[in-house]
Amino acid sequence: MKRLLVLSTALAGIAMTASAKEVNVVSWGGAYEKSQVEAYNKPFTEATGITVNMIAADNPATPLKAQVEAKNITADVFDIEVSDAIRLCDEGALVEINPDDLPASPDGTPAADDFLDGALQDCAVANIFWGTVIAYDETKFADAAPSSAADFFDLETYPGKRGLPKNPKRTLYLALIADGASADEIYDLLGSDEGVNRAFDKLDTIKDSVVWWEAGAQPVQLLADGEVAMATGYNGRFFDAMVAEGKPFKIIWDGQYMDMDMFAIPKDSPNPEEAMEYLKFATDTQRLADQAKWIAYGPARKSSAQLVGLYQDGKTEMAPHMPTSEDALKNAVMDDPEFWADHDAELTERFNSWLASN
Amino acid sequence: MANALDPHAAVATVATGETDGTLRTADGKPLARALARSQTRARRRAFLLVLPLLAFVLITFVVPIGQMLQRSFYNDGFSAHMPELSQWFADNPRGTEPDDAAWAALADDLTSAAEDRTIGIVGTRINYDVPGTRSLFTSTGRKAKRGLEPPYRETLLDLDDEWGDPRLWSAMREASTPFTTNFYLAATDRTRDESGKIVQVEERQRVYIMLFMRTFWLSLLITALTFVLGFPIAHLLATLPMRKSNLLMILVLLPFWTSLLVRTTSWMVLLQQQGVINDVLVWLGVIGNEQRLQMIYNQAGTIIAMTHILLPFMILPLYSVMRTINPSYVRAARSLGATSWTAFRRVYFPQTLPGLGAGALLVFILAVGYYITPALVGGSSGQLISNLIALHMTDTLNWSMAAALAALLLGSVLILYWLYDRMVGIDNLKLG
Repeated sequence: MKRLLVLSTALAGIAMTASAKEVNVVSWGGAYEKSQVEAYNKPFTEATGITVNMIAADNPATPLKAQVEAKNITADVFDIEVSDAIRLCDEGALVEINPDDLPASPDGTPAADDFLDGALQDCAVANIFWGTVIAYDETKFADAAPSSAADFFDLETYPGKRGLPKNPKRTLYLALIADGASADEIYDLLGSDEGVNRAFDKLDTIKDSVVWWEAGAQPVQLLADGEVAMATGYNGRFFDAMVAEGKPFKIIWDGQYMDMDMFAIPKDSPNPEEAMEYLKFATDTQRLADQAKWIAYGPARKSSAQLVGLYQDGKTEMAPHMPTSEDALKNAVMDDPEFWADHDAELTERFNSWLASN
Repeated sequence: MANALDPHAAVATVATGETDGTLRTADGKPLARALARSQTRARRRAFLLVLPLLAFVLITFVVPIGQMLQRSFYNDGFSAHMPELSQWFADNPRGTEPDDAAWAALADDLTSAAEDRTIGIVGTRINYDVPGTRSLFTSTGRKAKRGLEPPYRETLLDLDDEWGDPRLWSAMREASTPFTTNFYLAATDRTRDESGKIVQVEERQRVYIMLFMRTFWLSLLITALTFVLGFPIAHLLATLPMRKSNLLMILVLLPFWTSLLVRTTSWMVLLQQQGVINDVLVWLGVIGNEQRLQMIYNQAGTIIAMTHILLPFMILPLYSVMRTINPSYVRAARSLGATSWTAFRRVYFPQTLPGLGAGALLVFILAVGYYITPALVGGSSGQLISNLIALHMTDTLNWSMAAALAALLLGSVLILYWLYDRMVGIDNLKLG
């Protein structure tokens, strides 16, 4: 009798979870995922009763593409980069999103005008802006501190190894900026043979001193280990090391490379309605501003900027650490997803060939 | 008593001479048929026993590899979504200048692909062959949705004069059938020019052949290093008294059981410029603080870490073979006047060959496909081909390219395996 009772309770439990509403979100893990759980998921579940399951991936676009190819979509919302959002949208894999469906800002500005440039795509809505920036170890440059992208390439004045990401997207532009190109001519230059050669020539000057990294945690680790004196990496990770762990790092905003992360919903997802509800909720003004409390990434809405306050430690002002702050934007290169959709394969091959030849 | 199951029964019937000369069982059935039937039954039973394993291997191994191979030469990204133009290519032989019908087909297909939101797939497919053309398709598609006016040739050329590029048309012709060798061409640093002829890509774009060569060269080197380091250890383990050798065996097995990732990161801690080894050398005064050795994030890092990680795969087969070698053979050789070197070379070493063969094959094949270690400690000069396969899987999402590279890797390993079988003989392999 007792066993029967246990069994029926268990069955009822299963039936309950099956009927309870849920939404499965694939994101990038780490501190970024934590910021989304705190800022979006908890209040969303409180407000709607829909459970949110977070799934971590190295790059959510990979499982998204795999699930679309296999015609077996198991998650509802994917947090992906702009270039992947555009590419997958053009391939018909994503649900189109009408900006009129998104919540307006508190003062009534429609979403279409409230989001920053490029933050609304046909099939995806941005939640954050993030930057690839240069950071250095203060203790290594006690006399004269580096301050620009050109200093990153100046091995004589600022000796020491450099950490760079192992891809053309976030290295070639930096070489051009350091070589004196202005931020708005980067893509014209990268589209021409001379420009690409110029970038590789500049990279040649530091090639022997570069430690290449692949995962976002690596540049922070390399700096902390003293393996490199300067590295480029994601601004949120450096912020975390500086503020949460007290490392003596400094960020150089000159030559920032700015990117967006967007929410997209694949066609034929198991919970399309809940997914849409989640997407709307997570990208409203308050939620985007709340996320900045947990990580140093800039909200994708203009109206969220004023609401950005203190870091979770309760004393660090977040605004100056945002990649969208005025200082940070002075010489920033915005990611051009169309350019990379066209030239990624070609430049990646050239980059790998350049890397492999000694 | 004669019994149907009695194997002697058949012979007995022949001896009585009652039949036409064929062997029969006691109940009069021909022996051959009865034997065949019982063997069939046994075979069927054996087959049923291995069926679960067979199904498992099929589902988890053969089918995925088959799908991967298929993906490397089958890509219907263009042909499935540009049907009219594909048809025009099928009707007109290579070398035909695109006529009005071709341009009309192109305009029609672009419009419908843009409406179905499949234009991205088409553009991505052509972009593999002609870099920089993906946005040509998507942007023209956006405009095509608003309607294209005849004459289509002029309209399309007005939108973008790249539509007139013969290389683009050549690539579209290649892609108009789903079967393609282009990914294999790209995987061997080759491409097609405007006339469809196979040419090498520009020198600064060549990377794959060199990486294949490097992968094989480094794998050979690592195999040789594990042999040089592993042979004496295996010999020691095999000749020491059991109690001592068991203790030493733990020293081999413990790292073997430790996670690959842990061992690789431990090497990072040891080898990096601010790492343990450099610190010790500086402390001892062997090198100055400014001349710390670069032992990681280059080929040296890959070689050191992979040799250590793969060492047990050489030691264990060698050890298992060496244990079975009778020490009296060597003693006999010595007593007959052989020097210890000759006795080793002509008596002991040949007997270890089955273990060496197994160890070398294991280490080499594992090394060829190694991924995590070179990714973490290899830097730019210590990358192997597997790192580029991973790049195409996860970053560029060009799975056809990844499949072609993987197929080439698989093919070359199979060829090496075949060569090994021809030269050494796979029967001589002893894994334990």
